[in-house]
Amino acid sequence: MRFLLVEDNASLATAVLDRLRLDGHVVDHAGDVETAEGFAATMDYDLILLDIMLPDGDGRDFLKRHRARQEKTPVIVLTARSEVSDRVGVLDLGADDYITKPFDFSELEARCRAVLRRHGGNGSNQKRFGDLLFDPMGGTLTLGTKTTSLRNKELRLLEIFLASPEQIHSKTKLVDRLFSYDEDVSENAIEVYVARLRKHLAGSCVSILTVRGLGYRVSQE
Amino acid sequence: MSPAPNPAPQRPGAAAKTPGRLRSSGSLRRRLALQLVGSAAILASVLFFAVLGFARDLSQRSHDSILFASATSILDSVTVQGGEVTLDIPYAALSMLGNISDDRVFYRVTLDDTLLTGYPDLPVQATPPKGVPITDRRQGEPSFLTTRYRDSSLRMVTLSRLMALQEGAREISISVAQTRDGQAAELAALTRSALQLGVGFFLISALLALWTAQWSIRPLDVLTGVVSRRGPKDLRPVRHAVPTEMLPLVHSLNRFIERLRISLTRSEDFIAEAAHRVRTPLATVRTQAEITLRRVDKPENRTSLREMIRAIDESSRAAGQLLDHAMVTFRTDSLERKPVELSALVAELVDRLRPVAELKDIDLCCHTRNVPALPGDAILIQNAVRNILDNAIKYSAAESRVDVTVHQTALDAVVTVTDAAGGFPDPDTTALTERFVRGSNSVGTIGSGLGLTIAREVAEAHGGQLDISPSDTGAGACVSLAFPLQ
Repeated sequence: MRFLLVEDNASLATAVLDRLRLDGHVVDHAGDVETAEGFAATMDYDLILLDIMLPDGDGRDFLKRHRARQEKTPVIVLTARSEVSDRVGVLDLGADDYITKPFDFSELEARCRAVLRRHGGNGSNQKRFGDLLFDPMGGTLTLGTKTTSLRNKELRLLEIFLASPEQIHSKTKLVDRLFSYDEDVSENAIEVYVARLRKHLAGSCVSILTVRGLGYRVSQE
Repeated sequence: MSPAPNPAPQRPGAAAKTPGRLRSSGSLRRRLALQLVGSAAILASVLFFAVLGFARDLSQRSHDSILFASATSILDSVTVQGGEVTLDIPYAALSMLGNISDDRVFYRVTLDDTLLTGYPDLPVQATPPKGVPITDRRQGEPSFLTTRYRDSSLRMVTLSRLMALQEGAREISISVAQTRDGQAAELAALTRSALQLGVGFFLISALLALWTAQWSIRPLDVLTGVVSRRGPKDLRPVRHAVPTEMLPLVHSLNRFIERLRISLTRSEDFIAEAAHRVRTPLATVRTQAEITLRRVDKPENRTSLREMIRAIDESSRAAGQLLDHAMVTFRTDSLERKPVELSALVAELVDRLRPVAELKDIDLCCHTRNVPALPGDAILIQNAVRNILDNAIKYSAAESRVDVTVHQTALDAVVTVTDAAGGFPDPDTTALTERFVRGSNSVGTIGSGLGLTIAREVAEAHGGQLDISPSDTGAGACVSLAFPLQ
């Protein structure tokens, strides 16, 4: 997915960029309003993360112009703690959500997902794999005429599998990406989710294979 | 400015926040009034005695002059005819005395020491001091005497004249005396009048004194009103016009307000800035650690990295809660109450937290009833509920359920958060709300232990309370926050 990050604090920007890229997203970074306008004019983004206080202007002005251009791209505003009264204001200006700095990355990730899911109805991000139609935004998996709604962890697991099919994913790595670090889980916890996904995939030509001693691999017959 | 903030019923825990009772060194108004009334009393008694003395003196003098006139007219009637002293007391001489009162009149006429007529036992004037020539003293000069006679007080005048008789110069002496009962009655009347005058003067002065005291204190009252009517957040300098004597006080007050404002702003900014400065680099380090974790395979390294990430998360969350706590402390110290729609607030909050709950596939169920708006600080209440919800989500197992309800009891609006996270071990539920205390089952979960403290402080600042109990099923805990509706 393609993100635009508008944030002038270099270290925060670096952290957000690294984190989003780690999850395989493509992120462009703009340090001021002018650069952001340039990026937004030339590129279609799935999501914009927007800071309010920028060196050459106010993020809210960018937001206003963005909405005036009938742009549909969802925007999550990053606000500082002291700008309490701004929170309501940015939602009125057309922001889809806001997150208060300093924030947890898991919360940012969760908010991005929630916003993307609300906007995912257009199907532009749907992925076809074999006889499967996977909509990571809407969190649905369609097999033939049957559409299943996936829970968060199932969804993320399937996302990881489908991002690089035919590749072997070790249980350890899957645990790292699926569970937050404050959850004490054994690697066997992954098996529960794999079993659930297999249930959803029953009848499909796509299956999750166990590679003994190494992990899992998604394969298409 | 908040409309007449009703002081919330203070719970024992919050009692320490009320400022200690100031010791009063007495009322300025009373002191001023007392001094003025005291001065008025002194002036009134001085006036009383002066008037009384003056009146007494005047009455004595007029009485004396009548006595003198009477004695003179008797003396004038003394004639020498052929060497014989003749005396014909004129009627008017005694009747003029009868005109002023009904007092008894006595007289005596002596020629040298021989009684010519009158009362022989009337007291005699004291003998003149030696060495004073007799002529100087006695020639027509009256001498007055107040004395007792026949059980009455008596005022007596004595007049003497030297008369040339055949045998030489003889002294004829006339004494006229009158009892003083009438004069005493007159004096009593005078005393009453003087007393009335004194009391009247005192009363009018006292009223004026009270009014003056009131009037002099008024600017202070006005200033007090101006300062105490301010909202808790109003830290503008006092611009109200005050008397010159109060200018230094108002200047000091303004300087104090300014210092307070600067220090408050600074500490707020500082806390926000500090939390930001701590969390941003932590986020960078965390990302680096995550990236590294994906690259390494050695179990020991992986364990270390996970420990690292966990420690970072803990620090980051602690910084956030410290910021929350500082904000809560700051706002509860000067609580500004506005109507808060609790159901709407909780519903919105649950919506905001749903994505976070979904990360662990936790079902966040919200059941709100419409409760009347309660007087409170929406930001504080939101913060308290968010901390409890954060806790519930954090400690709950994946794919469990957290229930949030809002309902109304007789006096309170209550938010309850019920989880299935195993609950709190029984004995330490009170201790849990102390700062930095965490449940004994929290090992392995990130937290600083400030969440419940924040919630409790917010509830208590509103006059409500925080309760922790095992949930109905016994599978978790039920944390409820009660806020009074009035």
